[in-house]
Amino acid sequence: MKQRVVITGLGVVAPNGVGITKFTEALKTGKSGITFHQNLKDLNFSCQIGGIPKISEELTAAYFTELQLRGLNSSGILYGCIAGIDAWKDAGFEMNPESTLDYDTGLVFGTGTSGVEKFREAIYKLDEGNVRRLGSTVVLQTMASGISAYLSGMLGFGNQVTTNSSACTTGTEALLMGFDRIQNGKAKRMLVGSCSDHGPYVWGGFDAMRVMTYKYNNNPEEGSRPMSASASGFVPGSGAGALVLESLESALERGAKIYAEVLGGEINSGGQRQGGTLTAPNPQAVQRCITKAIKNSGIEPEEVEVINGHLTATSKDTLEIENWSNALERSGDQFPYINSTKSLVGHCLAAAGAIECVASVIQLKHEFVAPNINCEDLHPEIETLITSARIPKQKLDLKFNVIAKASFGFGDVNACVLFKRFIA
Amino acid sequence: MTKDELITKLKAIIAPYVQDEEAFKKLSEDTDFVKDLKINSANLVDIILDIEDEFDIRLENEDMEKMLDVKSAMAIVNAKLEA
Repeated sequence: MKQRVVITGLGVVAPNGVGITKFTEALKTGKSGITFHQNLKDLNFSCQIGGIPKISEELTAAYFTELQLRGLNSSGILYGCIAGIDAWKDAGFEMNPESTLDYDTGLVFGTGTSGVEKFREAIYKLDEGNVRRLGSTVVLQTMASGISAYLSGMLGFGNQVTTNSSACTTGTEALLMGFDRIQNGKAKRMLVGSCSDHGPYVWGGFDAMRVMTYKYNNNPEEGSRPMSASASGFVPGSGAGALVLESLESALERGAKIYAEVLGGEINSGGQRQGGTLTAPNPQAVQRCITKAIKNSGIEPEEVEVINGHLTATSKDTLEIENWSNALERSGDQFPYINSTKSLVGHCLAAAGAIECVASVIQLKHEFVAPNINCEDLHPEIETLITSARIPKQKLDLKFNVIAKASFGFGDVNACVLFKRFIA
Repeated sequence: MTKDELITKLKAIIAPYVQDEEAFKKLSEDTDFVKDLKINSANLVDIILDIEDEFDIRLENEDMEKMLDVKSAMAIVNAKLEA
């Protein structure tokens, strides 16, 4: 008998809002977190705008000890720990260094690359022949599973503790990995999420590929334009999202607040066949991923009322809409409402899936569809597929039951998950 | 440098790494970094680096191996300063 899985805690560190309250407000008002960054300009980036969460020293001190902060130079770990601890507390637990080891709770917290700034610092010392002076935390901050190592120790988790990595699919994949584990009775709770560093050393490779926009350096908030005719590349972002997944049984036993139910999902790869490449998706695999996710969730395609897309603001947005439309066999005014959180926070790369899963759950819980900003000039090819009104440009108050969230990543990897309003 | 001055300087260096504040209050020459102060052994290398910076000396791997308590740290630092 498979366990039902619900969401009992949320945490987020996003460019347009740190903490669930501020992020919810930012989603409702369509607040952009994209700003100009002088250091990108100084380094001759084409794209000089990006999304970086605002974290004060006071906030940091509430989560980390002075010792943990000594030499900490990994923004992803910082964001991930804050989001993860927030989600854990939101679920009704404490952060207590003396807590009893909890064998029923595990963690899957993904990232793309960890501690890039720390790695750079280490490389300079190494090349000067000073390996002996690296200090004790280079490994912990630069190993991919650094975030899982920090977070699981802060919270005392004794079930599986790991890090996944699948480019921009990472966060959504992490959620589904945790879901599987609870569904199969191997854990009662899984803290899932993902994080991404900010800054030139993470974003530079994308700038070099010319996949980030260079046209909005003077008006940053207009830069992230998913689905618009004038979309000219994504805007890089950073941050972290985290969710506490829990078996329904355990949540009810604790009397925990329940945000939503995770109905199911699917993870697959297009294998870089049939039009798929290292950077472009195989449309058949994307459609299969969506179709199977719906089937695995035990619902019908017409039950999907809202979609939180991957939609990065590149030329692939149209293809994504086409894929959704084919997979759901719905188009025009029969298509679900769809938005892209990236219009507000940019493309948070490895953190995108988790931040956007959190955004999806917030919209479901608080009964609205967030505005998709900067697409007043909807791409004409998208308009041939779906009615413009299905893409809310203003906040839409809507009580709905099912939202689909998908993420796609370099390497031709896909993940899709279905969330439902919790009905006992 | 007097013994007291040296201990004061060492105390300031190790303070951030100490996990047992009670033992730290009672710090003496016999205090062991890991056993008494519950310092994470990984942090011993950070303490070594901080000592190098404070006293402008260089500590070798052999010095690090010996530097397990306050007494040995004082002896090694003094030897380096006199060298």
